[in-house]
Amino acid sequence: MNELLKVSPSPHVYSRESSPRLMYGVVIALMPAQLAMIWFFGWAAIIVTAISVTSTVIFEYLIQKFLFKQTPSIKDGSAIVTGLLLAFCLPVNLPAGLIILGALVAIGIGKLTFGGLGNNPFNPALVGRVFLFLSFPVQMTTWPVPNGFKTSFTDATTGATPLSILNENYDKIPIDQLMTDQTFNMPGYRDIFWGNMGGSAGEIAAFALIAGLAYLLIRKIISWHIPASILVTVLLFTGILWLANPGNNADPLYHLMTGGLLLGAIFMATDYVTSPMSAKGMVIYGIGIGVLTVLIRRFGAYPEGIQFAILIMNAVTPLINIYIKPSRFGEEVKHV
Amino acid sequence: MLKTFPKGGVHPSENKITAGTAIEVLPLPKQVIIPLSQHIGAPAKPVVAKGDKVKTGQVIASSQGFVSANIHSSVSGKVLKIDKAINSSGYKQVSVIINVEDDEWLDTIDRTGKLKTEIVLTGEEIVKKCAENGIVGMGGATFPTHIKLTVPPGKKCDVLIINGVECEPYLTSDHRIMIEKGREMLTGTRILMKALGVSKGMIGIESNKPDAIAHLNSIASGFEGITVHPLKVKYPQGGEKQLIKALTNREVPSGKLPVDVGAVVHNVGTAYAVYEAVQLNKPLIERVVTVTGKDIEKPGNMLVRIGTPLRSVVDAAGGVPENTGKIVNGGPMMGKAINSLDVPVTKGTSGVILFSVDESKRKATNPCIRCGKCVSVCPLGLEPYLLMTLTEKEFYDRVEKEKVMDCIECGSCSYICPADRPLLDYIRLGKSETGKRIRERKQK
Ligand code: SF4
Ligand code: SF4
Repeated sequence: MNELLKVSPSPHVYSRESSPRLMYGVVIALMPAQLAMIWFFGWAAIIVTAISVTSTVIFEYLIQKFLFKQTPSIKDGSAIVTGLLLAFCLPVNLPAGLIILGALVAIGIGKLTFGGLGNNPFNPALVGRVFLFLSFPVQMTTWPVPNGFKTSFTDATTGATPLSILNENYDKIPIDQLMTDQTFNMPGYRDIFWGNMGGSAGEIAAFALIAGLAYLLIRKIISWHIPASILVTVLLFTGILWLANPGNNADPLYHLMTGGLLLGAIFMATDYVTSPMSAKGMVIYGIGIGVLTVLIRRFGAYPEGIQFAILIMNAVTPLINIYIKPSRFGEEVKHV
Repeated sequence: MLKTFPKGGVHPSENKITAGTAIEVLPLPKQVIIPLSQHIGAPAKPVVAKGDKVKTGQVIASSQGFVSANIHSSVSGKVLKIDKAINSSGYKQVSVIINVEDDEWLDTIDRTGKLKTEIVLTGEEIVKKCAENGIVGMGGATFPTHIKLTVPPGKKCDVLIINGVECEPYLTSDHRIMIEKGREMLTGTRILMKALGVSKGMIGIESNKPDAIAHLNSIASGFEGITVHPLKVKYPQGGEKQLIKALTNREVPSGKLPVDVGAVVHNVGTAYAVYEAVQLNKPLIERVVTVTGKDIEKPGNMLVRIGTPLRSVVDAAGGVPENTGKIVNGGPMMGKAINSLDVPVTKGTSGVILFSVDESKRKATNPCIRCGKCVSVCPLGLEPYLLMTLTEKEFYDRVEKEKVMDCIECGSCSYICPADRPLLDYIRLGKSETGKRIRERKQK
């Protein structure tokens, strides 16, 4: 014992968890969907992801180093997560320039202007995605038909998403006819589960996203509260609509597995920074997202609503954190 | 499904290195340093003077006021001086320092080693015996036992809970007592039940001690009213409120005591000490201490006289390893780091852990990523990240409103935080400031 002894307050042992480990955990959880994306879109998927992730990481480094003169924190892995999530919600035939612009908005405006990791009120990837969506609506809604490494992303063989077909035809053409009529080319349940349909790069393969969810839960990176409350709310709400008027509404399962719902519920809404802290708060937040998503999908002008729903609930999160307290131990007297 | 408390909790690596090591008697040291305040409450007043000869078990300082406890000499010898000596908190404190000569016990103490299960004393006499013999809670809180046995007027207690959880990693002293002194401990439990006038005694043990559970189960039938309850391993199950919730599903309201829900909790070590005090007339002069650490040569559980310098205890375990960076008195989650091995073993010393330089490093603090993990692990349902921020900003009114005083300082929040934020450090500051403000308000 040559050295001086350290004295510090308890506890003297710590868990192995660290912010980077959690972030890289999310990256791992996104890998099944990434692989599915490559399966469906081939090189295009690889290129979109590569451009997006490289841009988010480089922008974070440059802005922190030269604009804010801080020590860049790219090692914590959160920029990689943002890059991946951004790539996942873009059409794979999006021009490179737009991807880079989206990444700049995501990192620069969505994250760093607020003070970086931990301080951003909105999910950075969604900020990037919604910015592109509002500024470049045509490019952002032109989806190539999945065709593996043969997917052509220069010519115009673009397929509409099941949700956009539904959105255009609600209250006009009965669902049964939509589903069976070959001209609409609606994917069946098997296709939507495996992801064989038009849509953004990473959101189509339901099974891969669910595998990612399993990983996140097992590693305890997230708790079940947010994804479960969103999905259950969507199931119930669309279920009620469907039961009330089956001719004019898609059934709940169809809603669950199409569009960005799973990607959003599993990976975007669960972003630590922009979601509530307590279990109770998370459930309220999840229900809010679920309700808003269905409202936008069914009654709004856009076929997909989850991104806006998440951003709106992101904005409500600080209020939830203030007003929804965890249930305290010993709050009510329970004497048996 | 094993029972446990429902809210929060963490599961640190157990590292119960010494679980299978039998209790060994530590040879007498040359000198003992016996602090006069080893309990919660007023320090005892010395009744011996420099140069006096004392016997093992003799009172050397007497309890002052209601919340206080007698202190006895743990050895025989000559009082060298009554002076300030450093204690495990790093403060100087009045202590009786005795040079050891022989080992001559008071002859009122039964040293035959025979098991005595028959309880002859009345409840009142039991409480008196505990007070006389300086019995305090041995799980670490060191609250005088005779006070906990006096149910306040108007309150009713219907169950005694014995805490055999030992949820702190590394520590195994209670585990060994349950295995080696099971019958004595159960007799102690019966004595406590009699004093409290309850007919139900529940022993809670975490399921990582299957041998203790099996042993106590096999002998418990001989002790009326006592049942053994295996619990799921989860920290801080040994917290009074958590244990009561796990075993009886009663929730002690914020700011109230266990007796308000009809329960009293004592530790396994205390039950054993009560047995010795009541049946053998033996004061609290020795206790089982776990000496452990990953690099220590001979980790073990030792029966140590109170006042023995920790150095003697560590030496008996093979000495301090070369790369030691931190020495902790108590468990790794709630124990105190000490800066010297000269501090003595006291009534509340359940163990001493030696951490290597690597293990004792604290990591740099990172920005909060708002993961909510601290909230989800807090067994009291508090929001540690918020308490820390509010304390940093000195918003003490809000700190108080957010129930900082409920915090049991279990450390689960600091343990789990992926950003390595010093949550509990700030919360402690918030608690002490808030406590001060509450006291000031009361005075007005
Ligand atoms: S706030 Fe207090 S009670 Fe809650 S986890 Fe932290 S130390 Fe434990
Ligand atoms: S555990 Fe740490 S990083 Fe997570 S919310 Fe609490 S303080 Fe922030």
